[in-house]
Formats: sequence, C-alpha cells, structure tokens
Amino acid sequence: MAVVDYQAPQSIEDAIGILQKTDIKSKVMAGGTDLIIQTKSQTADPVRVVDLKHIDGMMSYTLDDGGMSLGPAMSCAEFTTLDDVKAVYPGLSESAYLIGSTQVQGRASIGGNLCNASPAADTIPALIANGAQCVIEGNNGERVVAVEDFVTGVAQNCMASDELLKRISMPRPAPGTSDAYLRFIPRTEMDIAVAGAGVSVTLDSSGKCTAARVAIGAVAVTALLVREAAEALIGTAVDEQALDAAAAAASAAAKPITDRRGTAEYRTHVVGVLVKRAAKIAAERARGVK
Amino acid sequence: MSEAKKFNFIGQRTIRPDGHDKVTGKANYAADLSLPGMIWGKILRSPHAHAKILKLDTSRAEAMSGVMSVATFDDLPSVSNEAIQSGEGAIDSLDLGRNVLARDKVLYHGHAIAAIAAKTVAIAEKALELIDVEYEVLTPVLDLHAAMKADAPLLHEDMFTQGYPEQPEKPSNIAARHELKMGDVEAGFAEADVIVERDFVTPTVHQGYIEPHACTVSYNTEGQSMVWCSTQGHFDVRASTAKLLAMPLGNLKVIASEIGGGFGGKTTVYLEPIALILSRKSGRPVKMMMDRDEVFRASGPASAARLTVKVGGKKDGTITAMQTSIAYEAGAFKGSPAMIGGMTAFTPYNCPNVYCETFDVVVNKPKVAAYRAPGAPQAEFGAEMAVSELAEKLGIDPVDLRLQNAAKEGTQTVYGPKLKAVGLVECLEAAKNSPHYKTELKEGEGRGIASGFWFNIGGQSSVTINMNPDGTGTIVEGSPDIGGSRASMQMMASEELGIPLNDLKPIIGDTESIPYNQSTGGSRTTFATGMAVIEAAQDVVHQLKERAASLWNVTPDQVEWRDGSAINTAGEGQMTCAEICAKCEKTGGQISGTGNVNARGAGPSFAVHVCDTKVDMETGKVDVIRYTAIQDAGKAIHPSYVEGQFQGGAAQGIGWALNEEYVYNDDGVMENAGFLDYRIPLASDLPMIDTIIVEVPNNFHPYGVRGVGESGIIPPLAAVGYSVGDAIGANVSELPCSPPRVLKLIQEKG
Amino acid sequence: MTKVHVTTSINGDETEFLCEPHDTLLDVLRNDLSLTGTKEGCGSGDCGACSVTLNGRLVCSCLVLGVEAEGAEVGTIEGVGEADNLNVIQEKFLEHAALQCGICTPGLIVSTQALLAENPSPTEEEARYYLAGNLCRCTGYDKIIRAVMDSAETMRGEVK
Repeated sequence: MAVVDYQAPQSIEDAIGILQKTDIKSKVMAGGTDLIIQTKSQTADPVRVVDLKHIDGMMSYTLDDGGMSLGPAMSCAEFTTLDDVKAVYPGLSESAYLIGSTQVQGRASIGGNLCNASPAADTIPALIANGAQCVIEGNNGERVVAVEDFVTGVAQNCMASDELLKRISMPRPAPGTSDAYLRFIPRTEMDIAVAGAGVSVTLDSSGKCTAARVAIGAVAVTALLVREAAEALIGTAVDEQALDAAAAAASAAAKPITDRRGTAEYRTHVVGVLVKRAAKIAAERARGVK
Repeated sequence: MSEAKKFNFIGQRTIRPDGHDKVTGKANYAADLSLPGMIWGKILRSPHAHAKILKLDTSRAEAMSGVMSVATFDDLPSVSNEAIQSGEGAIDSLDLGRNVLARDKVLYHGHAIAAIAAKTVAIAEKALELIDVEYEVLTPVLDLHAAMKADAPLLHEDMFTQGYPEQPEKPSNIAARHELKMGDVEAGFAEADVIVERDFVTPTVHQGYIEPHACTVSYNTEGQSMVWCSTQGHFDVRASTAKLLAMPLGNLKVIASEIGGGFGGKTTVYLEPIALILSRKSGRPVKMMMDRDEVFRASGPASAARLTVKVGGKKDGTITAMQTSIAYEAGAFKGSPAMIGGMTAFTPYNCPNVYCETFDVVVNKPKVAAYRAPGAPQAEFGAEMAVSELAEKLGIDPVDLRLQNAAKEGTQTVYGPKLKAVGLVECLEAAKNSPHYKTELKEGEGRGIASGFWFNIGGQSSVTINMNPDGTGTIVEGSPDIGGSRASMQMMASEELGIPLNDLKPIIGDTESIPYNQSTGGSRTTFATGMAVIEAAQDVVHQLKERAASLWNVTPDQVEWRDGSAINTAGEGQMTCAEICAKCEKTGGQISGTGNVNARGAGPSFAVHVCDTKVDMETGKVDVIRYTAIQDAGKAIHPSYVEGQFQGGAAQGIGWALNEEYVYNDDGVMENAGFLDYRIPLASDLPMIDTIIVEVPNNFHPYGVRGVGESGIIPPLAAVGYSVGDAIGANVSELPCSPPRVLKLIQEKG
Repeated sequence: MTKVHVTTSINGDETEFLCEPHDTLLDVLRNDLSLTGTKEGCGSGDCGACSVTLNGRLVCSCLVLGVEAEGAEVGTIEGVGEADNLNVIQEKFLEHAALQCGICTPGLIVSTQALLAENPSPTEEEARYYLAGNLCRCTGYDKIIRAVMDSAETMRGEVK
C-alpha cells in the first residue's frame, strides 16, 4: 500500500466519517509501528492513514473500583509507567513492556497491538486473561465484544471498515486475584513471541484457586482462551501437579505452525512451560494481594 | 626491535581523532552525501532462487514519467574471466559482473537483474514493477548435500571441479577440491589411545554491519567520474568498477566515506558499477542504498559448512593425528574460503600428522564474502570441539591439553612455513591463570574453552604526511577506518615525530590523493599501514633535521631529534618542529614525508576464549553468563580499541554460536531477511566481555604489532558450543545452539 | 499526490517542511532537512540507528510519518550537546572507546540521554534492556555500557 493521504481527526465522529469515504481505502493508525512497515513492504493500492492520536480519550485511561477503561492508542511506554495499573494488572503491564524495543514502545499501543491481530501479539493473551472487552464505535452506535472474540484470524478482527476501537475495558479483579504474562523468545528482547501465556488466578483466603483464566498466544491463528487449563488450576492450591496439568492442557490446545521463529513441536512444548511458569507467578502475586 | 623502547604515546588510551564527528552526528557515511541534480537508483531482484531469464524487457519502465535511466547486464561493456583484486582475495571478473547484474540466469533469490534511476525512490520502485521478465524456473540447490550429489541440478553448466590431477568428465557444483597434508595420519591414529570423530554443521551467517551498502556517484564523460561509497577498500572498488565498465583507473575517483561496519563484507562491489551506468546514461548524479532485506538477500554472507573432524591422542596427552574433510558453500559463484578452513583448522597444534580435504561448492544463495577471519571460524569450530572432547575423554584439563600440544615458534604448519614467534602458549597460560578460569562452575552451568588461529596479512600501504607551516601535519592514509585505526596512525606518527597527537590529523585519502592501498582486511591496517606511517614520519623527521642543519649551518648528522625538537649537537640551539616548518620557504620548500610499504611478516594472532553458559532446561534457551577473551596483540597501540576488537569478535562469534542463521524455505527464499528475525546479539543478551591483552612482539614490526581484528571471532563458536554441551550433558555438533535445537539435545539425552 | 505542509520544532528550532504523506520522519530529517546524523540501518524499527525523541518520548524515526511531526517537538543527535561543547554522554562515549565504526553511535547517544532522563540511576541490567533496541555490531556492548554507567554517575554527581 502507498500512503497518499493523512488525516488526524479530532473526534470519533469525524474519524468514522472519514472511514466511510469510499474513494480510497482507509487504514487506522495508532502508534504506526506495524502499519508503517506494512506500507513500506508492499507496493499496492493507495491508502489514507487515519491517525487516532488526536482524538480525546484515545490516549488516556481511568482506573476505579469498576475496573479500567483504556484509550487504545496510549503508547506502551506510557502505559507501563502507570503504577496504579501495574499494581492491579501486573501481567498486562508486563505484556506491554515486552513489545519491541524502548523505541517501539514509545509508539506502539495496546489497541494497535490488538487490532493488528498478529497471532503472536503480546498484549492479547494478557487482555484475555483479564477478561478485557473491546468497546467498538460505528455508524450504528456502540457494541462490546470480548477480546477473545474480537480477533477472528491472522491480521483480522471483527470490526467493519467504518468501525473503530474506542475503548478497552476490563473489570476490576476480584479480591485475591492477580495475573502474569510470559512469552518465549530466542533472545532477551526485540523478538516476536515464539509462544506466550497470560494467566489470571483468584485465590481464596486458604490459598485455593477459585477462578482462573489462561490464554495462550503464538500457537494458533488467534490467541486462545484455554478453559481446560484454567479448570486444571481451579480448586487446587496451584501446586506442581496442578501446574503440570494446566501446562498439559495448554499444550494440548495449541495448534501452532512451523516457521522461522519456531517449530510446531517446540511451540507446543514451550507454551506449556510458559503457562506453568506464568500461573505460578500469578498465584504468588495473588497470595500477596488483599 | 628494542625491548627497552620507551613509548610516549603508544599504549595510551587516547581520544580518537574522528570521535567528535561521530558522537555529534557530523560524520558522513555512505548514504549521507547528496549532490545537486541527484536522482535515485533501485534494483529489480529475482523472485526465484534458480531460473533462466527468457526475456528481459525494460521498455515500459523506461517510458514512465520520472524514470531517467535503466541498467542491465548488457550495459557492462566487457567482462572476461580475468582475476581482479577484491578484498582478501581475487575474484573472477565475469563472475563479479554476473553477480552485480545477472546474465542469462538468476542464481539466488534477490539476484540483481536490472536497475532504474528516477527522480524519486517512489518512482523508481514503481518503475521496477514495469520491467517484464520471463523466467524458466529451475530446481534450486540449497545446501551442500544437495549440491554435491552426482545428479544435482547445475548452477553453471561449464564448471568442472578444479584440483584433481585431470579435469573430471562431467561438470559439477563442486568448484574446487584441495588437499593439505603432512606426516602420516594413519600412523598417527594407530598410535592414539583415544580417537574422537564427529560431524559438524554451521549455518550461513551475515556480517551484519548496521550500515547498508550505499553510494552516490557521478559519471563524467569527458573527465573524471566519482564514486562515494562505504567500503573497506576504495582502491579495490575502483579496480572492480573500472574493470566492469572498461574505464582506465585514472578516470575514476573513489572516495571512501565513513564506513558503518564491514567485517569483510564491504570488500567487493554491488551497487557502484550499476550506479555509474545509471549516471552515465542519465547524465545525473545517482544515489543508491540497499534496504536491509537486500543486504541480507544479496550481499555476501559467510559460508555455511559441513565438516568431519577426527583427532587422536595418547594417554599422556600427546595429540598424534588430526584430520578433517570440509565443505563450504560459496553461494552462487565459486570462491568460498574452504581451503583457508583447511589451513587454519589445526594450526593451534604442534601435531606432525595432519590431513585436510576441502571442497568449494556453489549453491543457490548469495555469493559469500569475507567475514572476519574468513573460513577459519567454521573449521576451527569443529577442530576445537573435537579437541575439547578428546581432553575430556583423556581426563586432562582442556587448557593443559592445549598447552601440551600448543603451536609455538618453529612449529611446522600444514600450509607450508614454520611459525615464527607466536603467543599461543602465553594466551593459554593467561586463560589458565584468569580469575574466570579459576572460578568453579555452579550447578547447571557449563564451560567451554577454545583457541583460534588467524594468519594476518601485510601487503601494500602508502602514507603521506604533509607538514603545515605552523608545524601541524596531515597524515594521508589509504586504509578506510572501520574501527578506530586513525587513532593508532596518529599515535604512531606522534611517537616518531614527538609532537602532540592533536598536531597530526589523520585522514583517509581518496584514490587520487594517495597511491594504491590494499583494502582494510586481514587485520593488516595497524600493522602494514602503521609501518607506512612510521616510515613517513621518519622521513619527515629526516627532512626536519636536514632543514635545521641548514639553518644552523651544520651537517644533518650533527642534529638530533628529541621530543619534537631538533637539537644542535655541534653547538647551541634547539628548534621545534613548528619553528622549522615556519622557515620551510627559506630552506627548500614544504616538507612532506612518504611511506610506501609492501609489508611482510604479519605475525599471526592467537586467541583463547573462555565461556560459561547456563541453559534453561525446559526451553533450551542459553544464557552466556561469563566470558573472557584473551589474545596476542604483539604490541597494543591503543589498548581500548584492541580490547574493542576482542569484544566485538567475541560478540559476533557468540551470535554465530547461539542464534544467527539464514532460514530458507524450500524455494530458496530467505525467510528472515531483517534484524527482527536474523538475531544478532543485543545489549541485553551479553555479559561484560573481559579481556586480557597478551603481548608477544612481532619482530617484523618496529613496535611489535600484530593485527588483532579477526582472531577473536574464531574461538567463540566452540567456546560457546562446548559450554552448552557441558551444561546440558550432551554433544553439540550443529550451530546455532538455538533454543529448539538445544531442547532437542536435552530431550534426546533423556 | 499533494505534499503536506508541516510546522514542527526540531531541536528547539521552529522548522517547516513539505513532505509526501508516505515519507517517514527519518526520510524528512535526512533528505529534506539535511539532518543526516540520524542514520538508517533497517527502516523497520529493528536497529535503533534512527532513534530520535518525539515530544520527549524515544522513538524510531523510521516508524513515524513526517506529517505526524506537525506541532510536535523532535529531538535529534544534532541537538545533543552544545555547538562548542560535548555533553557528558558524548564525552564518556569517547573516553570509553564506546564506538568503533560509529554508525550506531548517534542513536545510542540519543537513547542514552532518554534513558538517563527517565532513570538517572539505572542498573547495568536496566541500561542493557533499555538500549536493547540499539544494535551495535562492532563493540559487543561492553564499552558502551561502561560509558552509559559512567555518564549516569557523572550526571548524578553534577546535580548533587
């Protein structure tokens, strides 16, 4: 694609108005870290870039007793400095910190990561683990879709071409809940996830797991919510046996491909290791949460 | 040289003279020059790894508005099989021409077919899509096994294996076979109590310089044409480009820009001849710059290799025989450093019985280029892994086994000469006594140690030192400075002249301001160009003394040169360099010293590295937790930049050992042609790299210098590889030790 | 295609330029404004050679559109230090021999400045991770990290 027009609307309504134009294709941009590379690497149709960063609310967040409402275009660099968010959703904060380099985090956003819908997106399993919802605005008003249903395929999401992701919202975790996100990459930084795992765990006062959500990334066309892995943890003290069972369930649910970043066999194995380790960290954190 | 020589500047950690420009962004690299009226060139590259070009029609592209010129192989006036100097070896100019722009056949995915110059990059890119090419797609030959099969598809129908007593009847992808031998390996193995025999595999890796190839050129029909480019050898760029374009050397001026890394990979031409054609045909200056994926797909990587190594030793630790069979990928055209692999593999050992057989093999991948000690890391990886395993089987400490069998002065090499004074024993002893080696490993950690040998070269260097009327001077050298060599040149000249460092400004002259210089390669610059600097500085001193003598009316031998001043030993008087220069006009004109050398006696530099790793046993991920690089510098001119060479070589070697590799699909398309998935080490991947500089003087250099640029990349492959094997309790035989491969070893061992 | 008129601030200087909508900030800096201190190593955000600050945030200028600079503040290597005076980071890079070929150096210095503005007392590990997006192929990072840590120490001393 070749960028021939750039628009920076000031409101959602204006943005949707632009998206409805049919003269040329429009591409929505938040941080642009995926989009700008796509415009360089392919030479095809002319496109209009619609930059969301000047729209009120796209770059801000609120966190209260009801949970978090996040402007999807806020940079990961800013998001990861939010200490109040980190205290409540440490795993989600970590997932945003793992995206690319410091420089990439300076631009990349959670909303962009979600809408770009790479199977290996780091924030998506962490969002799913936290039960996050996408608030979508379109010409016919607003609709809300769970993150696990938002992504429909490789680089595909459920939005129509004139719809926008307006907010990402997630409930305040129940008492005794915490999360963790881990990914595996060959180096220590910069790589795209070979596999990823986001886990949220709720423990009661005796340390027994009463609720859990386990999501895995980079092992299927979309991130997967693995109910069997969560069930392996629920009712246990998140001990080694339960962790092994959760890992096995995650590996069983994985349907990865072999590519330059890892073999299917390797990904299947490693995603189990990550679920185990992430669940362990989430449980440790949950034990420390009142 | 005199052992007692006291230095004023040599050995200091001075501030490099080109440093200010580099920390402020003022330094001009290849892509930084723009000229009035300049247009942009882009290249059409093959979408196939192996195909015949049935039709190539550029007429639609030429007709596009904004397109200024087009180039194809047919624009190269004449190319023959003549050899031309390129980097550390010679290259067949027909092969070079066909690599620069394909003729008849494309031989790798990304092979250049045609080029377009247009008013903007966007227009040029769009015009490339209008070039019509018809291909007959052929089966690609993508690895050594496939290429060496008797019925393999042929890259070159007219290529017959060289090196057999008689030319084979059938053409082959094996370009050459060589044998190196001494003693009697069969007898040696018969003597051995323990024999280790293993196969090893190493991947295609890239030099990975951060600056892509780029140039700005301007063709001048009547006078002199100009090429500004990033290269390790602008004289070789001139030779290659002039050859391909049938120009006299004097009609082409090549200016070496600042160079953003080369490591051997910038010793040949890719863009420069094309850009000149485009400039000639358009009458406009042309700028070209490769995208990063073009750098990976179409500029020289280092050979992938397969080798079998066999070493035998006696219970008392004597290595009795060493043998290897080595095959290296050359890429699309002949000329891998396979034979160098054979020459270097066992040179760290004083073993009388050695046999090496080497194969240079073409495959449908980009033509390989030199990469830091080209050919040595792959072969020495296998040799060092086998020697470490032999030590383990004999129950001897791996450093002790190496010490017992270490090559030293007088050791016969398999490639001919006996070694002169070398510092391997000193390096091994330094390793043994290092805090690192003395620290015991913790549970789950592994350690590897390996030696590395590299010849180093000397060769032709020319330097002029032009003195200014105020007593300052310019050192005009012809060796592009990749890693801080101007600092060393400044120090050596100051040492001889006795004047402050900042009074001497080193510059890299273009091809018309200084005689021919060989390229910066083979670790030759500080050694050979340094000798020319010393010679030029001594020439200046000689002239300064003569001028002082004439001013004092004494004979030159009555004048002594001390700390930057002439001393009249026949009477009273002292004159500084500045005072003499100020009076040049009256004493016979300006002062300029020259040094023209064809340096011989480049002393080999041995290196010994120690590496500790820890492996995540559930994922196979390797963490390098401690690393020490020890190497013989002969004499370290600037210790910081000597250490920098050790550390940089170690980091590249660690990358080679852990995560770097070209990943191809079955069609021969590289799938990881970018820094995202071609994984070079990051700041967060590495520990501090401790260094120990060993100084065993090279008696062929006035200060004792040995080149240090290359040996450091050799030991890491086996130091890391063996360390990983030690940590997981399995034998590593294939690089890189990427997590899936290491996990497989862990799982197989059960 | 119509060029877009952009008004921005670069290293504190109000600057205007015209660019195509597809031009990156890196293209504009290098080709239109002759600020060639910002280098291109990959064009895909993987090497950090083009690091600049955008409204104080460290970014790769190859992943920013030129038009996005409208109304923004851009900081490049040319704005580091003063005309006749290197800043501490630049001096420490020279003192520690933290560069060989120097192509990654402008990006690393801009990044180090951003690091130390955010975190004046980084641990070695924090510095290594913050700078992980700045590739250097020459040095093995050892001397770079020493220069960064020494810069931090010196800068902390200055404000004491």
